[in-house]
Amino acid sequence: MQRHTERRDPVCPDPEPWVSRKTPVCCADMQPDRSTPVIEFRDVSYCVNGTQVLSELNLQVAGGETLVLLGRSGSGKTTTLKLINRLVSPTSGEILVNGTPNGQGDIIRLRRGIGYVIQDAGLFPHFTVERNIGLVPKIEGWPDEKIRQRARDLMQLVGLPPEMASRYPHQLSGGQRQRVGVARALAADPAILLMDEPFGALDPLTRDELQREFLLLQQRLHKTVVFVTHDLREALRLGTRIALMEAGKLVTVLSPAEFLKSTDRWAAAYVRAFGDGLESAANRGTS
Amino acid sequence: MNVIRFILQNHTQVLELTLEHLWLVGVSTAFATLIGVPLGILISHRPRLNKPVLASANIIQTIPSLALFGFLLPMPWLGERSDRLAILALTLYALLPIIRNTFTGICGVDPAVVEAGRGMGLTESQLLFQVELPLAMSVILSGVRVAIVISVGLATIAAAIGAGGLGEFIFRGLAMVDDRVILAGAIPAAVLALSADVGVGWLERRLRPR
Repeated sequence: MQRHTERRDPVCPDPEPWVSRKTPVCCADMQPDRSTPVIEFRDVSYCVNGTQVLSELNLQVAGGETLVLLGRSGSGKTTTLKLINRLVSPTSGEILVNGTPNGQGDIIRLRRGIGYVIQDAGLFPHFTVERNIGLVPKIEGWPDEKIRQRARDLMQLVGLPPEMASRYPHQLSGGQRQRVGVARALAADPAILLMDEPFGALDPLTRDELQREFLLLQQRLHKTVVFVTHDLREALRLGTRIALMEAGKLVTVLSPAEFLKSTDRWAAAYVRAFGDGLESAANRGTS
Repeated sequence: MNVIRFILQNHTQVLELTLEHLWLVGVSTAFATLIGVPLGILISHRPRLNKPVLASANIIQTIPSLALFGFLLPMPWLGERSDRLAILALTLYALLPIIRNTFTGICGVDPAVVEAGRGMGLTESQLLFQVELPLAMSVILSGVRVAIVISVGLATIAAAIGAGGLGEFIFRGLAMVDDRVILAGAIPAAVLALSADVGVGWLERRLRPR
């Protein structure tokens, strides 16, 4: 990916009329804006079968930042993520996306304006790489040639050689599948990206490579990213801010540097568990 | 050898009855697919319905075929023409494998794939037609394949109520105590079942998701 950084950005080209027409106005054309939150949780609680999964969550995500939801399994971080694109509906409270409660209006439009990347990518096994990437543009009714061009551009952006376009997911390695997953989420140029442990199933070397590329990508694209992980090292490296969750509650929201010095019980426990060498991770891995 | 000579001597009748047999099996399988696949889709999305629907299909399957043909005989409209009757009965028998395989096939689609699709903004019908059905297709087809093989065998019994088909030879042969006549019905029926099995099996492999 590094080799593409000098070139003109192939993914965010000059405003093209068909992009802005076809993608939801609420999300696609927003410039990063750090003053008003792009995503806001207001007193959100979620219960399922009498179990409190999330309680009284209040959280704001600013435009262009990477907010990492950190916590152990069952802490409610994935649920928090799914509340944003309404794969889960809150029991009480509301989630505002670009200032509008996401339960109002068209859920399908909301989701098409939000990129979604999951562990193991969740690629469609019966679609080629190109069709996987072009899926949202396709259902949004883009012309075929534009879809193909878009898929080619995105494959270049995420570092996939063009000849992979006609491969099927089972013919790819885990890292390549995850790259396709990221490209697919970026296809309709959403301003928001939700990532649910996207690098969790990868070997350490591939994970390191993808984390580095994610940072480079984010430097150029300035998406508003909500990133779920249980890996503190990953959180420190990728996050602008880290939201620590424990047992369905938001413990604290800190910058990576603050997190390392925090005296909070849970934050300190995390730092202890991960041991030495965390400062270098907090250097954002760009060195 | 006597059998082959008998079949060759009566080839027009063998051909005629084979076509009749194909008609019974083809029409009933088509009906069963048209009813069974949507039912299977329905119960895979409404878990509360799956027990009652599968149980009903199971119960139908346990009724002895000769008894079912007999039961249906006094029904108005249907009883007038025995091939209608036979098609109804064969349709009922073919339902279970088709419903069950549609249900199993759709439930077997990786939930992560479905959730990814939903998260990307696919509507429920786009999910069904672009993700769930294509991925379940080979399992659904193997249900249709089982249904066809069962129907070819069952349709021989339809001759007992005068619906025609290769069963005519079998029943006639039984009455005449003549093996040649029985085999003149049984061999073409076996060939039909085998070729349907191979044909649909080929289609199934072609459509299997990679």
